[in-house]
Amino acid sequence: MLNYDIVIVGGGPAGLAAAVSARNAGVDKILILERDKELGGILNQCIHNGFGLHTFKEELTGPEYAYRFIEKVLDAKIEYKLNTMVMDISEDRVVTAMSREDGMYQIKAGAVILAMGCRERPRGALNIPGYRPAGIFSAGTAQRLVNIEGYMPGREVVILGSGDIGLIMARRMTLEGAKVKVVAELMPYSGGLKRNIVQCLDDFGIPLKLSHTVVDIEGKEHLSAVTIAEVDNHGKPIPGTEERYTCDTLLLSCGLIPENELSRNAGVEMSPITSGPVVNESLETNIPGVFACGNVLHVHDLVDYVSEEADRAGQNAAKFIKGELSENSGAEIEIVATEGARYTVPSTIDIGRMDDKLTVRFRVGAVYKDSYVSVYFDDERVMHNKKRIMAPGEMEQVILLKNKLEEKPDLKKITVKIEAE
Amino acid sequence: MEKRELTCIGCPMGCQITVELENGEVLSVTGNTCKIGENYAKNEVTHPERTVTSTSIVLGGDKPRVSVKTASNIPKDKINAVMKEIDAAVMNAPVHIGDVVVKNVCGTGVDVVATRNVEAI
Repeated sequence: MLNYDIVIVGGGPAGLAAAVSARNAGVDKILILERDKELGGILNQCIHNGFGLHTFKEELTGPEYAYRFIEKVLDAKIEYKLNTMVMDISEDRVVTAMSREDGMYQIKAGAVILAMGCRERPRGALNIPGYRPAGIFSAGTAQRLVNIEGYMPGREVVILGSGDIGLIMARRMTLEGAKVKVVAELMPYSGGLKRNIVQCLDDFGIPLKLSHTVVDIEGKEHLSAVTIAEVDNHGKPIPGTEERYTCDTLLLSCGLIPENELSRNAGVEMSPITSGPVVNESLETNIPGVFACGNVLHVHDLVDYVSEEADRAGQNAAKFIKGELSENSGAEIEIVATEGARYTVPSTIDIGRMDDKLTVRFRVGAVYKDSYVSVYFDDERVMHNKKRIMAPGEMEQVILLKNKLEEKPDLKKITVKIEAE
Repeated sequence: MEKRELTCIGCPMGCQITVELENGEVLSVTGNTCKIGENYAKNEVTHPERTVTSTSIVLGGDKPRVSVKTASNIPKDKINAVMKEIDAAVMNAPVHIGDVVVKNVCGTGVDVVATRNVEAI
């Protein structure tokens, strides 16, 4: 069996940043396992710009952002294996991997960092009626075909879901000569950034139909038409509102789900809200020495925050293998998200292991205007910050200070909620 | 007098902004709730600009396409013309980040540059 101090599952932005920070913290034997044929993850197909404003203070494209970190990994001579699938992670941190070159093999890891990213919600999870012809793609699959392989999936396109990938692909396919007829969104608001709605749809005159969904798909061999209809407050199609669009391509941009089959098999406790692991202040799961970061933990809006989170996971994994991450004292403070706040990452804090400052990230469940993000230490409100706007598509954060928590030795529960006043 | 309706991209508020113009001069900006909206609206109605990103063909590389971008913003009404020049460009591997793919694209004074590395095989 091979031996490594830290094994990182996934060579996308989270895995790369975690590897670099663990190396900077003095860890020698680090191994990144990546299933694709190159490092960089999904950023390689995100050729549009707008990445890295926080991290690098400039607007980079996805491949450029990825390369900034790939370069650091190469410079630090961190080991990585490509075309490698991780098959299993055990509770005692034995990683089983497989590749065409090396066959099946096992690695004993001092610490494991989960950085597998997320997947798009597929058609099977959307309950769309109609036939099942060729021509239906997730937006990310189409993105890979167009941007990496150089193929056009089709010429006449309907898009269901207004997530950012769907919006980006509406522009991309239009620029490559396709006709994008409509973007239908089930919710009464778009999950995408305003900037993308303006620059990817409005710029090209592509209509966005809110509170609409696909109610029929036609085509035996290949897609020939879809019908969309308006939905009521309960998401039920309203009879008489149907519109039929002939098309050869339907793109689905209906949300992302963290990819946690490996975590679940390992016995990692999962959050039903994020579909990612439940982690403590050190981004450590319920299995000691197994950490998580990036979109496998919770789906992020900006890659900059992925890099930042992965940097912390890398540092904490380094502390763990050096024995500097003190034993969990058991005196954990629970962080509860309620009244508008859907979840928090992390969800527990052990003050003994906490840094001076801890960023707690969360998302809201609806659009809130002129509302307050409030933090309660038990029943006492300690933070009350006004925000002009909060939307489900954007991550929010509060920063907790260790010295403030230490002033409350009996603190059991921190609550994050949204208040109207 | 001309009226233009815009959605501000400055933040998730997405203020609906109305701009009144006379002979290309901005007379008034209304509907915005902060300075970002005013600046955005003025730029957007007088000289809208965009960064264009796409891919070009690479010959002899470890990948069939190389991703590219305009090194800075170009006028919005030149997007289609810029796309044509990007589509016509053929690079020979190796290509590295920052290599010029199209010089002075469409006379804009802006180069189209590679945004990823493609190694020769």
